[in-house]
Amino acid sequence: MVTLFYYALVAFVSLLLVVNLVRSRSWERDVLYVIVLVPFLLRLLRLK
Amino acid sequence: MTTRLLAQKIVVAALGLALFVSAGISFHRSRNLAEPVVLGPGVTSVKKLGEYFAAIRGTVNDCNLYFMEGREPGGTMLVLGGSHAEEPAGRLAAWLFVENGTVEKGRVIVALSANRSASTMTRLGGAYPPDFTIDTPSGPRMFRMGDRWTNPLDQWPDPEVFIHYPSGQELAYVDIRNLNRTWPGRPNGTFTEKTAFAFMEMIRREKVDVAIDLHEAELQYPVISTIVTHQRGQELATMVSMMLTDNEDFKIGTEFSPLTLHGLSHREIGDHSPAISLLFEAPEPFLDATRGITSREQLLTGKDEFVVKAGRHGLLFEEIDEKGWPIAVRVGRHTSSILQVAETWSEDNPAKPLAISGVPRYAEVIEKGVGAFLQDVTKAGKDRLAYE
Repeated sequence: MVTLFYYALVAFVSLLLVVNLVRSRSWERDVLYVIVLVPFLLRLLRLK
Repeated sequence: MTTRLLAQKIVVAALGLALFVSAGISFHRSRNLAEPVVLGPGVTSVKKLGEYFAAIRGTVNDCNLYFMEGREPGGTMLVLGGSHAEEPAGRLAAWLFVENGTVEKGRVIVALSANRSASTMTRLGGAYPPDFTIDTPSGPRMFRMGDRWTNPLDQWPDPEVFIHYPSGQELAYVDIRNLNRTWPGRPNGTFTEKTAFAFMEMIRREKVDVAIDLHEAELQYPVISTIVTHQRGQELATMVSMMLTDNEDFKIGTEFSPLTLHGLSHREIGDHSPAISLLFEAPEPFLDATRGITSREQLLTGKDEFVVKAGRHGLLFEEIDEKGWPIAVRVGRHTSSILQVAETWSEDNPAKPLAISGVPRYAEVIEKGVGAFLQDVTKAGKDRLAYE
């Protein structure tokens, strides 16, 4: 149960990061969002 | 959104995708790399750990168990490699038994990946190489470099405090994923506890007489270059230590398993089964906190100027110089120690002998290298090939 909640949380944060990436106007922030997003996606897909 | 902004986002997203794909491929390969095992002349059957405890069946820890039945009856010895998958000499020494050994008397059971889950990732933030390669006469053989703990993908979350079962002793929280802190396990426990329980069931059902758990240790750790023994194995371990130190040109001590330190194989296997439990530690500078570059080369040569410097300051419990601790030396220590246990056990227990041949000892492994004893995968028939 806690694992399901954890993965739901990871998916939610990933979604927030993507939304922020789309909305941002600065390339520095774009890079920041993308770099932060990578480990979230890796965990969501159970790669690491 | 302007065209310029859109282009900027596409470029940044492409950069992120490249990072994601390259990291993802590396992690996926690390978790799924199939390591071939050529079944040597002594392997009579390959079973699965899950045959002894259904909850492990079909999981990542449903590891292979290589049975080497002797022509004549005798004792039963269990060799565990890969309890800690970041200690490759333990796995490789066990590998040499499976690919080269023949058992004349008694029976040997070998696990190459006791905690297989731990072999599917490296230490988070440790910058470990995901794999390493041993050169053999028939070409390179690649092995997974693992971690000390079960992969969090297979067991999560960690508790604030790990209460060991059944002792109730409080251990480090992360060690709830450490196979060598969860013995004897329990059937309704965590994944790692279930794995330990499955091994205990196997040990009890197969009537194992001697269980050997192969490890490596950092040079800053006091339990190093030694045999840690359960109290019922003190005489055996002491004699083995003396014989090896006298005859094989390397020093190995004996330490007695503390009665009140729980969760380790040398304590719990002996306490919860009739088997004598022993644990071997060989030096591995790769694990030292003061190491330099954490590379494949360092892993295999055991050379590290920073660990040498730590030694000059008296911070180590084992000697090291510019020659390092090559993998052949570490593997050879383990193979000789196992063979010596079999010989000494047989002298002490003539009704339950263990006679093993074909496995190289310390000097031979150093002279020819580990790769010389890894067989040609391409020449092995399908029925003589297994995968870890």
